[in-house]
Amino acid sequence: MYKFLLCWRYLRTRYIALITIVSVMLGVATMIVVNAVMEGFTHEYQERIHGILSDIVVTSRSGEGTPDADRHMAKIRDIAGEYIIGMSPTVAVPAMLSYSIGNDYSAQQVLVIGIDETSFASVSDFGQFLQHPTNREQLSFQLHEGGYDAVDHQATETSDKSARPTLGRAGFQYRRYKASRIRPVVAPDAAEKSDPFNNPANRLTDYDPAKETKPGAVLGYGLCSYRALDGSDQFLAIPGDDVELSYPTVGQPPQVRSAKFTIVDFYESKMSEYDSKFVFVPIRELQTLRGMVHPVTLVANFTAIQIRLKEGVDLDMVRDLLRANFQPHEFVIETWRDKQGAIIAAVQMETAVLNLLLFMIVAVAGFGILAIFFMIVVEKTRDIGILKSLGASGDGIMSIFLCYGLSLGLVGAGVGLCIGLLIVRYINQIADLLGRITGRPVFDPAIYYFQKIPTIVEWHTVTWIVSGAVLIAVLASILPALRAANLHPVKALRYE
Amino acid sequence: MSDFLPLPPREPAGVNLSDWRRKAGTSALAGRRYDFEQQSSLPARATISLPALNELLAAEPVPLKPITSEILAAHYVQKSYRKGTLHIPVLQAVKLAIHEGEFVSIIGPSGCGKSTLLHLLATLDSPDAGEIHFDGYRIDNLATSGRDILRNRYFGMVFQFYHLLPELTMLENVLAPAMIGHSVLGYWRQRKQLRKRAVEMLELVGLGHRLKHKPRELSGGEMQRTAIARALVSGPRVLLADEPTGNLDKASGDEILSILRRLNREQNLTIVMVTHDGRIAAEADRTVTLVDGRVVAA
Repeated sequence: MYKFLLCWRYLRTRYIALITIVSVMLGVATMIVVNAVMEGFTHEYQERIHGILSDIVVTSRSGEGTPDADRHMAKIRDIAGEYIIGMSPTVAVPAMLSYSIGNDYSAQQVLVIGIDETSFASVSDFGQFLQHPTNREQLSFQLHEGGYDAVDHQATETSDKSARPTLGRAGFQYRRYKASRIRPVVAPDAAEKSDPFNNPANRLTDYDPAKETKPGAVLGYGLCSYRALDGSDQFLAIPGDDVELSYPTVGQPPQVRSAKFTIVDFYESKMSEYDSKFVFVPIRELQTLRGMVHPVTLVANFTAIQIRLKEGVDLDMVRDLLRANFQPHEFVIETWRDKQGAIIAAVQMETAVLNLLLFMIVAVAGFGILAIFFMIVVEKTRDIGILKSLGASGDGIMSIFLCYGLSLGLVGAGVGLCIGLLIVRYINQIADLLGRITGRPVFDPAIYYFQKIPTIVEWHTVTWIVSGAVLIAVLASILPALRAANLHPVKALRYE
Repeated sequence: MSDFLPLPPREPAGVNLSDWRRKAGTSALAGRRYDFEQQSSLPARATISLPALNELLAAEPVPLKPITSEILAAHYVQKSYRKGTLHIPVLQAVKLAIHEGEFVSIIGPSGCGKSTLLHLLATLDSPDAGEIHFDGYRIDNLATSGRDILRNRYFGMVFQFYHLLPELTMLENVLAPAMIGHSVLGYWRQRKQLRKRAVEMLELVGLGHRLKHKPRELSGGEMQRTAIARALVSGPRVLLADEPTGNLDKASGDEILSILRRLNREQNLTIVMVTHDGRIAAEADRTVTLVDGRVVAA
């Protein structure tokens, strides 16, 4: 009983000891924040990657692709049909995208992906990243009249919805308006009529941009947009504009060909890496342009088959099943995790190292507690002698100081826990505030993949952190407590 | 030597002695009963210098009251302190017996070893040689836990510098031995009775109105009276006082002495008081003089 009473009194009268636990507190708070952010980052990142990529991708090793997607899909269905929800063939090819900005042309390196508009949405969350509500329901490579989102539909909070005023005016309406502004074709004069190459009557087709479009293409959001200083998104090209894609044909050596496409929508996965790289076009169009369709049989080549599995099916199991049935020199079979394994492993490594370093801080705090406790034991030497003369046992004296260490650890870890959780809760506001004070944004969504700092508090991690900190405080008080317990009562009583 | 007669083993009246022996473990019984008839055959671990042995053989035993009442005794106790390689003898073959209900003062000049003797009697320290007996049982070789129980229940200690715990109130200071002696649950169950007893003890020393004060808010005399209340709270059989008036003015000192006197007279409490002041020592029934670690015949 006296142990708890004294422990409580010491706790209330010795503020120096409370100062030592500030470092325990800070260590615990930092560890909680770091783990929450890292966990949030990993989770959010995986979530996004998973939304963009399908569960399993069967990729042909051949640059020209492998013929007959239907046959291969039937084979996959035979092998693992019970686990599969959807499959979609794709053709991916590196290409160059160019569009006009005033009188200049902007050229960018892209990855053109030919997708099947009916089945591709079933293997990934492709649909939800588009900007037109109808396209989100069912993708169509036809240009819509209008009705593109003028604000970011994926943002969860109103304050985060960046304005996209230009996009609201995009579509066929814009295309007609643009065509009407182009100088009309002047009636040919006599001189021109005499030139057979320049006579409109001799033209085979007369492409009217006000009424017709090129094949549709969905561009990555980052390819032709930028963020203006006022926070709104501005565009260099919008749905309704034509862009030019230069792509290699199949066959050796590859020839470069160009074709015009009309932008029908933007793809915004919020992963800048993908948003500034992907261009989606109809698979049949791409196959035809690249010469991947057999002229006689009309069987087309594909470069990959995207597979989505049922909920809860073990990815690696299905992957290994497929690997066993396909020639490894013909196909690469990977899960989405395999594709992104490196960055996830890097984040995990970073978390582990940070945890180790931060735990060292708490361990250093342990030595602080050790030193302060020794001081307190020396200061309390006479009291220890008194207690012993009243019949207190060595174990009893020891438990006063262990109990004291435990309480300090609990207080430190508890306050650290509260601070850590509060920081996690308001981390975006804190980042904004810091950004305003320093004049430099702490968290720039343009650099990272997310609009906001993602956080996830994992309770078992928090439990580990808190119990580790408490354990360190108790361990640090063992030596001083032992010293107190072993004090000789007479020497302690005589101590001045 | 003919004064020492073998004691029949007995349970002391009113106190369940088997209790502390049981709690102290079997080691309590390992302390052999001292056979007074064979006192020349000292325990095997006793090492005694030749001059001290001669002294011992020549020494006259201190005159005693009826022998059945002997409660605390030191038998040829030897103690020395070590300073590097140097042994400084403090007590040399001290032989002393305290009887039940007696008020004994141990007097001697500074450094004669009287405090050390008191500490040995209270089992705060162990003698190098010789034995301490409490109620006929050897206690100097008890296990630590046994000594703790003895100090907690059977001995009350009062010190020159009061030795109150500064973090606790007067009442909590007085309750400290009770808290130490009981488990958390046991204390919680009996807290009302224990508290009542502590208040009674404080009222006995005239401090019933100072329950909530911290030691630093009180005068020396009041602190010493609190210390006496603390020593009495667990109903000890012997009160051991180490210069209880040494740090007080005459008025406060006299007050303390009168309290001790009263306790001795009214409650028949055995008191051993160490002092260097002959005037204070004279208040006791009997005075034992200690010079250079030896008992000098009065």
